[in-house]
Amino acid sequence: MADVVILLDAYASVFGMRVRVALAEKGIKYEYREEDLRNKSQLLLKMNPVHKKIPVLIHNGKPVCESLIIVHYIDEVWKDKAPLLPSDPYQRAQARFWADFIDKKLYDAQKKIWTAKGEEQETAKKEFIEALKVLEGELGGKPYFMGERFGFLDIALITFYSWFHTYETLGNFSIEAECPKLISWAKRCMQKESVSKSLPDPKKVYEYILEMKKKLGVE
Amino acid sequence: MAQVTLFGFWPSPFVYRVIWALKLKGVDYEYVEEDMLYNKSDRLLKYNPVHKKVPVLVHAGKPIAESAVILEYIEETWPQNPLLPKDPHGRALARFWTKFGEDKIPALFGFFMTEGEQQVTATKEGQEQLRILEEQGLGDKKFFGGDEIGMADLEFGWLAWWLEVLSEVAGVKVIEAESFPRLYAWIQRFKEFPTIKETLPDRSAMLTYFKGRRATFLALAAS
Repeated sequence: MADVVILLDAYASVFGMRVRVALAEKGIKYEYREEDLRNKSQLLLKMNPVHKKIPVLIHNGKPVCESLIIVHYIDEVWKDKAPLLPSDPYQRAQARFWADFIDKKLYDAQKKIWTAKGEEQETAKKEFIEALKVLEGELGGKPYFMGERFGFLDIALITFYSWFHTYETLGNFSIEAECPKLISWAKRCMQKESVSKSLPDPKKVYEYILEMKKKLGVE
Repeated sequence: MAQVTLFGFWPSPFVYRVIWALKLKGVDYEYVEEDMLYNKSDRLLKYNPVHKKVPVLVHAGKPIAESAVILEYIEETWPQNPLLPKDPHGRALARFWTKFGEDKIPALFGFFMTEGEQQVTATKEGQEQLRILEEQGLGDKKFFGGDEIGMADLEFGWLAWWLEVLSEVAGVKVIEAESFPRLYAWIQRFKEFPTIKETLPDRSAMLTYFKGRRATFLALAAS
């Protein structure tokens, strides 16, 4: 019996992109459905009644929610191809710890870069760069976060790269100047088709954010 | 067997999650009490430089921080008495509710950090989340994990012991048998479960501690 896989997503979502990359890494065929977040579909509301958010992976009719939980799920179900998490429990713990760090520290800081102004924005930029520098330190001299192979933690972080142009333009700063090693890592990841085909054009993301700011009244 | 050390703080439900997991799996460990308010040890700062918090589990000299990450590690390293089901969808659901518990902490604890009108609003917000938890997370199951205690039960274990103390200190009722019948029943089952029952912090010590914490939070909010 063939698997039926549907992804409810929104093209600019860093969380949705994580799932796209994971599915691409495993070569899984799926149907992509773009959600209008201001007019959510009945299917989305039914499949994620608790949070009503994307991404939602629907596998043979059953929903899985929360991007990193979905990536774990994909790794467990399609376990014979391209493992995303390392096999050693301690390495897995490290990957999960840093993914949690990204979702806690990086996410809140980056949001204020494009929604806030003045002092608040400056503080957000500082926090954002600090968090990136800590991650850059974790990367060290390795090609990918867990070593030789692209995996879970790379997936958790690389999706933010599609938003760097937006942060830099609205925040008036250069991420590469602050974190050159991290940018090298990002460019290395972008050479993988599973990544480059899953991430949107940074210019499109920027235009989308400008639209959002207008609608939210935070110009 | 390699040495297992848990750095903890006795009033912390995050720490107790890890203690329960280790006890349910019969894992021997050394416990190190940290003075989290006034004097964190050098070892803690060395093992968790990023967040400087407890719990931290050190196994064979290697540290792991963040209770949810620690629970996954414990589950993988000591597979007996599993906290997660075998099927991927069941695992995803257990992780979903565990994350719900983490994400909703501000809403769930709001009643304890506020007073007056703000507290009325905060209590209602917390109860809305508990309603979702009861109806969609727990449903008619014996435990969140099904017939056995699982990861999500450990995540919400604080509702079975800490909530009563926090409610008393803050002067509000959050969960009652009439308003949350299924959660209330789960609370009784969870805290009577033998391993859990033997592993709970002293109630009167908790009352003293949390009275002090609430006074501090309210003073900070007023300043």
